[in-house]
Amino acid sequence: MKVTVTINRRPEIADPEGTTVERALHDLGYTETSGVRMDRVVHLDVKGDDAVAVKALVEEMCRRLLANPVLEDFEVEVTS
Amino acid sequence: MRTAVIVFPGTNCEHDVVYALEALGGEAEIVWHRETSLDDFDGVILPGGFAHGDYLRTGAIARFSPVMSDVRRMAENGAPVLGICNGFQMLCEAGLLPGALIANRDLSFICRFVDLEVVDTDTVITRLASEGERVRIPLNSYEGNWVDPSAGGRVALRYVDNPNGSQARAAAVANERGNVAGIMPHPERGIEDILGSSDGQVLLESFLQSLVDYPLVPA
Repeated sequence: MKVTVTINRRPEIADPEGTTVERALHDLGYTETSGVRMDRVVHLDVKGDDAVAVKALVEEMCRRLLANPVLEDFEVEVTS
Repeated sequence: MRTAVIVFPGTNCEHDVVYALEALGGEAEIVWHRETSLDDFDGVILPGGFAHGDYLRTGAIARFSPVMSDVRRMAENGAPVLGICNGFQMLCEAGLLPGALIANRDLSFICRFVDLEVVDTDTVITRLASEGERVRIPLNSYEGNWVDPSAGGRVALRYVDNPNGSQARAAAVANERGNVAGIMPHPERGIEDILGSSDGQVLLESFLQSLVDYPLVPA
């Protein structure tokens, strides 16, 4: 099954990359922009036909390796 | 008293660490990350570099290397465990130290001498230093910005000018017990005047003294 994981830094943790990109957007004149955060997306193919079980497995992967629980939250979406 | 200096694919400071420990009268040996036993050693140093290419997050993959189970066992038994730069990132990822390291505040790779101040002298790298003592050693990192949302970390040394934006100006952090520490600048690159500073000596001598006094705090 195709799985998409979005890993995002928790709002209270600084995101220096997002801040820098936001500053560059402002320099280009897009001053209406704020709250730029650089999330990370991981795509996986996982064997199995039970979407609930696959989702649970990938969430376990997130907790153990893909995300750092000190800094990040994650969302797992089984797409097909 | 022997120190294991662990090498992962991409580690690049191991020889500097061995040289520094030996220059200060210690005994050190390089150990490959796939080893499973550290029974012959009294302490561990995880040196700097770019283990596993820094992929995913710095230290995130290294923490699952086979040797890390024994590093954890030693840490839990009170043995001296020190992570320098990339090693500090690994210890945070492994949950042996609080917090995590993110990109420097200004997104620049910082490579220069920095001034540090000793805050806590009851840790494996500061026990021979005095509170308020200043040391000047090189910093060489991009992800050196320490954050700890739990605010539970014990800061051993802090930056005087905080070049990377670390929370509490932390340059070195220890666990509750003081036997596990991580430091972002490189004490091993500041042990002789010819290197520009010998201030790193007191930090590595503290580590060597901790080996003698093992365990740091009785279990």
